[in-house]
Amino acid sequence: MITLTHYLVLSGILFSIGLVGVMKRKNLLMLFFSTEILLNAVNIGFAAVSHYYGDLTGQIFAFFIIAVAASEVAVGLGLLVLWYKKTGSTDLDTLNMMKG
Amino acid sequence: MEKYLYIALFAPLAGSIITAFFAQFPKTLFTGIFTSTLIFVSFISSMILLNYVDVGTIVHAEMMDWISAGNLSVPFGFVVDQVSVIMMVTVTLVSTVVHIYSIGYMDHDASFNRFFSWLSAFVFSMMILVMSDNFVGLFIGWEGVGLCSWGLIGFWYKKHSASWAANEAFIMNRIADLGMLMGLFLIYWNIGSLQYDVVFAQIVNLDINIVTWIGIFLFIGAMGKSAQFPLHTWLADAMEGPTPVSALIHAATMVTAGVYLVIRAGEIYALIPEVGMFIASLGAFVAVFAASMALVNRDLKRIIAYSTLSQLGYMFVAAGLGAYWIALFHLMTHAFFKSLLFLGAGNVMHAMDNELDIKKMGGLYKAMRPTAILMSIASVALAGIYPLAGFFSKDKILEVAFNDGSYFLWFALFIGAGLTAFYSFRLVMLVFFGEKVHEKLGFHPHEAQPFVIYALTPLAALAIVAGFFEHSFHEFTTQLLVDYEFTLDHSIALVLIFATSAIALSGIAFAVYKYKRGGFSESIEKWGVYKLLSNQYYIPKLYEEGIMKPFTTLSRFAWKSVDVRIVDATVDMIASVIYGAGQQARKVHSGNLSSMLRWMVVGMIVLLALAIFYRPMV
Amino acid sequence: MFEVIAFYTFSILTIVMFGIVVFSKNALYAMSTLAGGMIFIAGFFFLLEAEFLGVVQIIVYSGAIMALYAFGMMFFDTTRDVKENIHYKKVLYSLSIISAILIVIILSAPIYSANIEAFYPSVMEGVGNTQMVGLVLFTKYLVPFELAAIMLLVAMISGILLVSKRMDMNLTEEDHDEVEGEIV
Repeated sequence: MITLTHYLVLSGILFSIGLVGVMKRKNLLMLFFSTEILLNAVNIGFAAVSHYYGDLTGQIFAFFIIAVAASEVAVGLGLLVLWYKKTGSTDLDTLNMMKG
Repeated sequence: MEKYLYIALFAPLAGSIITAFFAQFPKTLFTGIFTSTLIFVSFISSMILLNYVDVGTIVHAEMMDWISAGNLSVPFGFVVDQVSVIMMVTVTLVSTVVHIYSIGYMDHDASFNRFFSWLSAFVFSMMILVMSDNFVGLFIGWEGVGLCSWGLIGFWYKKHSASWAANEAFIMNRIADLGMLMGLFLIYWNIGSLQYDVVFAQIVNLDINIVTWIGIFLFIGAMGKSAQFPLHTWLADAMEGPTPVSALIHAATMVTAGVYLVIRAGEIYALIPEVGMFIASLGAFVAVFAASMALVNRDLKRIIAYSTLSQLGYMFVAAGLGAYWIALFHLMTHAFFKSLLFLGAGNVMHAMDNELDIKKMGGLYKAMRPTAILMSIASVALAGIYPLAGFFSKDKILEVAFNDGSYFLWFALFIGAGLTAFYSFRLVMLVFFGEKVHEKLGFHPHEAQPFVIYALTPLAALAIVAGFFEHSFHEFTTQLLVDYEFTLDHSIALVLIFATSAIALSGIAFAVYKYKRGGFSESIEKWGVYKLLSNQYYIPKLYEEGIMKPFTTLSRFAWKSVDVRIVDATVDMIASVIYGAGQQARKVHSGNLSSMLRWMVVGMIVLLALAIFYRPMV
Repeated sequence: MFEVIAFYTFSILTIVMFGIVVFSKNALYAMSTLAGGMIFIAGFFFLLEAEFLGVVQIIVYSGAIMALYAFGMMFFDTTRDVKENIHYKKVLYSLSIISAILIVIILSAPIYSANIEAFYPSVMEGVGNTQMVGLVLFTKYLVPFELAAIMLLVAMISGILLVSKRMDMNLTEEDHDEVEGEIV
């Protein structure tokens, strides 16, 4: 039997994978991918809770998270393109103007 | 009637505060006249109160509650009874004369206004001291006069010796004040109140040991203020201040505060005659001690200062032996002729361009006749020649000593009377008569302005006639004070009077004779005794070596080794630790997004760990 | 039974896919597996009887967002392998392992799971999931819905502005005077 705990553990594992990606990746685009993983992991968690407790709030929240993720990608990619045009590289280490 | 009390008390304060606003400006004559007028108003109020109290009623006023903490309740209360009204009249009278005199004396001084502000503040503090109806108010006035005395002695603060003398006076007073505070604490602890009436009523119920300690401690306070041995060196050095200051503070008022304390607490001292005997012995010692130092001194004001010290010794003898009204009487008469003497000396100094060495003066009689006459009157009064005031008061003290059976004390005072007469007339002769040394040195003396002389005449008049009020004074003050029983046979008393007058007259005659012939030879200055006396028995040197040097070393040690090394280092260490931590933490801001993300995860882990291990709600 | 098999299959696949996203050196592989992972997540949603959510996931995530990423990748050289220097390998792995353990512990502890209560128990029988979502969305969550719409509009406009129609010239990079002349 699949209980809520299974889904939550799965969500936790996916979240950890996303964390690893966030910490590991130096390429900005790859970083965005890892962020998407994080968001999706959370979505699974919400949906699972919503299912097992008969409450639709979780699904609505997941729905809004998807909307947010979409707008985030739009703006983020725009900024990334600009940065690439300005400095010619997508490496994270070049992004150090806020040093000190 | 209460309004006269408040007028007498606060008029000087008003003068002081208003004048203080002018302190930074150059001389404005208005300040001098204004403050003198206010002090005169205070004097009139005191006279009115004197008249009122004469009938027998005491004026008691409680202005407001001051300390009301738990069991301790100390109000701002004032009482005008027989003792305090005498003090009030004396203080205000001498203060008025000194104020008017100062208008002439401080004529060319740049800090004219500041002087009057301090002077009036002093009078106010003294009034609080004598008018207060509890020990705490007395202590406040005590400290206030100490402060104003500091400000006035060090009035010319740019002069190093003046500042030094001011500090010395204040510090010595402070040391004695510790004793006084101990006395106050003991009184409060055992009786529970500090009001005079309550304390004196209940003091008989206390254990005699405690009363002895209270008496000793209060006397220690009096010792500082009235410059008894060993806290006497400040009085001679206090002559650095302007002469009116010396006249007011160190002749008539502040130094008598100690005597006032003993008189006021007479009901305490009446219970402990052993302490009284000690006070009297110390007083007699000081009387002779100071007179001996005045014999050889060349400084005009210092001679008069030692004379004050000597007379204070007389007052303490009287107070110590239980003759409180006699001590008060001598206090009053002494105030008149001593301040007259100081003010006259001020005239001489003014004429001689602030020169103090009497060996450089001489024959000033022709140039300064009124001053010479005034100072002679004062000296005769000081020496105790009938019918001037000093005779009555001083003689009574000698009678008291004899009456008490302490013949040794009597003898000491007797010798003291002779010495007093000698050195006062040595002063008069060297300054006013004899060879005109000053002419060779190029001085051109001139008399003081007329209004100054006129201001001094009331003091001279009182120095002459005050003695005749002895009987009414006696009646008046013993309404409050403990009376003294004379058991002497009248004939013996007469013999004593004759003996005292004889030695005084002989002292005067010897001085006049010797100094008319040009004084003692130079070789006398090589005598060991002379050296001892003129160096004030080397006591100031002793204090410097024995107390001041070790203390300075200790302070330096405490500063360099303890304060800088330990305290400062600790504070600096805390600051440097924080600074260093900040420097280290700065590395987090590398600007590198990767590392920031990693730090974010670290924070998240911390929160998760908290969530597991510290769950406020289950 | 069916559910158990489906759950385990989907979960293993999703984990593998996302693992490739994180650890791969090739950007193209990463993107492709990300898209695949999204689809499997949608599968999860269908398993949880959240059909509307699953459909939205496929359309929005795998469709629009991945398309955006694909366009984004056109700007970069994707054949080249991404070189990455990781300075602090040990720190990284220890952090991730710790966080993984902690999260799993927290989530698997029955205490947390047991404390959850339904706020708006709003599952009705006889009505499909989509209708239910619509009902709740337009009544109880109307304001967030409208706000989300405005947010999407703003994001779209900003996306356009940032990468404006003239690719060779950027508003944000030219001087003010030159730009003035260009835009009429």
